[in-house]
This record gives sequence, C-alpha cells and structure tokens, in this order.
Amino acid sequence: MNLYTYASPANFYRLAGKLIPWFAWGAGILTVWGLYISFFMAPTDFQQGEAYRIIFIHVPAAWMSMFIYMVMAFWGAIGLAFNTRLSFMMARALAPTGAMFTFVALWTGALWGKPMWGAWWVWDARLTSELILLFLYIGIIALWAAIDDIRRGDRAGSLLTLIGAINVPIIYFSVKWWNTLHQGSTINLMKAPSMAKIMLLGMLVLAIAAWFYTIAVALVRVRRVILERERQTEWVKAILEKEN
Amino acid sequence: MHRFVLAVLRRDLTLATRRRGDWLIAQFFFVMVASLFPLGVGPEPAMLARIGPGVLWVAATLASLLSLSRLFADDHRDGSLEHMVLSPEPTVLLVLGKSLAHWLIYGIPLLLVAPVLGIQFNLSWEAIWVLELSLLLGTPILSLLGGVGAALTLGLRGGGVLLTLLILPLYVPALIFGAGAVDGVMAGTGAEAHLSLLGAFFVLSLMIAPWIASAALRVSLE
Amino acid sequence: MEWASWSDFWNMGGYGLYIWGSYGVTVAGVLIEVILLKRASAETRRSLKRMQQWEEQ
Repeated sequence: MNLYTYASPANFYRLAGKLIPWFAWGAGILTVWGLYISFFMAPTDFQQGEAYRIIFIHVPAAWMSMFIYMVMAFWGAIGLAFNTRLSFMMARALAPTGAMFTFVALWTGALWGKPMWGAWWVWDARLTSELILLFLYIGIIALWAAIDDIRRGDRAGSLLTLIGAINVPIIYFSVKWWNTLHQGSTINLMKAPSMAKIMLLGMLVLAIAAWFYTIAVALVRVRRVILERERQTEWVKAILEKEN
Repeated sequence: MHRFVLAVLRRDLTLATRRRGDWLIAQFFFVMVASLFPLGVGPEPAMLARIGPGVLWVAATLASLLSLSRLFADDHRDGSLEHMVLSPEPTVLLVLGKSLAHWLIYGIPLLLVAPVLGIQFNLSWEAIWVLELSLLLGTPILSLLGGVGAALTLGLRGGGVLLTLLILPLYVPALIFGAGAVDGVMAGTGAEAHLSLLGAFFVLSLMIAPWIASAALRVSLE
Repeated sequence: MEWASWSDFWNMGGYGLYIWGSYGVTVAGVLIEVILLKRASAETRRSLKRMQQWEEQ
C-alpha cells in the first residue's frame, strides 16, 4: 500500500469516510476548549476591555480565509500540472468554506472595529484585501456554477484561482501603500498591543479547530463530488446497494 | 513569430472597422458614466477635481468590460477561433494579438476622450497630462487581464456578467496606481512612484496574463 | 474567572452586542454550511439511487 493508492477516487472515498468523524469530533472538542479559554481563562484586556474577545474568532477566520485560498491554488496547480482528478475535487470542495470564513472575518472585523476605532469599516490594507478575496471566492464559485462540463470547469476555476493568488499580495501591498499616502497618521492597525500568552493560546486552539472543521467539511463535499462523478462505476453502485 | 501577432491584429482591426458602432459604444459609455457623477454628487468644482481621477479611472475600467465579452466570442461562433488555436502558431501569440487589438480599439480612443472629461472635472493641465500617462500604461493591463476573463467565460450562458465578476477584482491594483498617480500630482507628492508601480504591474501582466489566457482558451475549446 | 454573574457574562463589559453579534454570525455561518451540505449529500445519494433503480428495471 503506497500513497498513490489514495489518489484513486474509490480508495479516497473510503479513506475520507474514516477520517471525517475524527476531524469533526476534533473540531468540536477544540472549539469547546478554545471558547472556554477565550471567555473564562483569558483576562480582560486593559486597553480594549472585553471587546477584544472578538479576535478569538476574527483572527482564526482571517487566517483560514487566506490559507484555504492558498490550499485551493495549490490543488489547482497540482491538478493542472499532473492532471489528477482528485486535486480539482479538493479545490472545489474548499471554496465554499473559504468564502464562509472570509465573510466571517469581514463581519467580525467590522464588529471589532466599531468599538475600537469608532468605525464599522476602514479602507485599510487588510480589510480591503479581505474584501477583494471574498470577491475572488464568489467569482470562482460562480465560474464553477456556470460551467456544466466537469473537465472544463475544473481547469477554468483553477486557472482563475491561480491568477487570483498572484493578485492578492499585490492588492494587499498596493492598498497598504495607498493608505500610507492618504491617511498616514489616523489609525495604525499594524501595531497590535502585546498579547498575553493565554490569549494567543485561545486563538491558536480555535484556529486549529477551524482547520479541523474545514477538513471535515471539505472531505464530506469531496465524497459527494466523487459519488456524482463516478456514478457509472461498479464500486459506487455497490456502495449505494449496501446502503439500501 | 511577430508576423502571426500582426496578422491577428490586422484581422481584428479590419473586423472592427466594419462594425464601427461597437467601439464607439465603449467610448460613449465611458463619457456617460463619468458625466453621471457630477449629477450625483453636485457640481462643486473643488470636489469634482478631488474625485475626478478616481471616477475617470473607474469609468475606464467599466468601459473596457463592454467589448471584452466579444474578444473571442465572435471568432468562436464562426469557428475561426478553433482553427487559430489548432494552428502551429503558439496560442499565447494569438491571445497577445487579440489583447493588443482590443487595446487599440478601446484604449486609444479612450486616451483621446479622457482629457475632455478631465476638463469637465476641473483637473489642472498637469493632472490631465498625468491622467493620460496613467491611462496609457494602465489600459493595456485591463486588456491583458480582460483576455483571461474572456477566455474563461467563452461560450457560457450569461458570460458577460460573469466576466465582470471575475475580472473587476483583478483590476484593483491598476485602479489604485492609476488614479493614485493623478492624485499624487494634485497633492504635490509627485506621480513617479505610482507610475513606476503601474509600469511594473503592466510588465507583470504582460508576462503572466497571456499564458493563463491561452491555457484558459484551450480549456474552453476542448 | 472573570464573571460575577450570568448577566455580567452576557453584558461583556458593555460590548455584549458586538461580541455576541460576532460569535452569533460565526455560529450561524457554520450551521448553515453544515445543514446545506447535509441536505446536498442526502439529495445526491437519493438521486443516484433513484437512477440506479431506474436502470435496473
């Protein structure tokens, strides 16, 4: 048994089925632990009061939004280079979760910004590139939805993901630079106050929980895509038969 | 090699001269969008000069989208696109020639119209000059990145709207640097930095976009 | 422990609306995703089975 065995959809379907409960339970337990840290162990911040507790979900969501996009670009590139069907399926399975986390990051960013800086929204580099990232996610999902042909859809979506992956850092730095010219001294979001270790721990635990959740959800989605695409094969028929 | 690009270019320009209405529509659209803003925000000259560069740049990006959905679609419908892609010449050059033709048809007239709108927005001569420079460097970026979107959405239902959704986020750096250059010269900080970054983004787009567009074109035609 | 009472906990030092607004939307986002995915998976299985039975007849 080598690693390549799992690159076949049939084996991967079975492997994913075994992995999903582990990741789902892991996500649940880590979330409870992370929430306990963030509400009952982390002390009140002396500068921001209780409002800072939003960062326990804001920061992991923002990390996830970017990581998931990078992972999608990675799978897309692998799929384009080696023509592996499974990598395209992974890329597709990740996109909705990535868009969800991007939205959560923007929403919690606004709710954190209001009490902290007195504004729901500022056009700072991170918020703006996060918004553009949401647009990219929506564009990619819309492109996948518009193309019926599986092969074409896989490749077209991955090409768009790749060109977006080149563009996002450029957008980030261009907005950052544009900002320093426009409103140099108003708010400096980059200077985060030094954080207590327990706060960092809460953020990390919730970030790992978000990873586990993403993996579980993506695997469920991949399994669904595999069933749909391989419906003509014997093994899918056997699986459905067994469930009847 | 460059003869193939020239042939594609000549062909597209000839087709464009037969359909004069098409490229006029993009220019009228540019003028109209820009003219709506003073009606919406009020005619105060100082404010118009303040928002002018951004408004003109946004209008230019929107105008570029109008003709983009047709970039490959017409040739796709009559089957000539497939022939050109299957020909021994590299598809990258085909995309490059098409993008260049799009820019000549949409970008050059835009450069001629923009100063008039700049005057309407109360921009100084110096600012108008920088606006022209930024559009000269920036509109080819729009044509190049637009080629990627046009190739990806080729032949899809509602492809035109989808194209807009896919491409506008990618235009953001060009918009920031382009409008920023004019802002910079008006604020007295100079336009050189913005223009050099815009130039760098142009070079990057020129190096990457045609490859991705040609890959997308081949995927769409399979 | 930071909180003297439940109302203290929900109040979050006056930032309750912001904090619970953030956590609430996050929970809603996750729940909606999970429910939609469950439904879509069940629908896929159902339609595949139906197709299979149809083929057998």
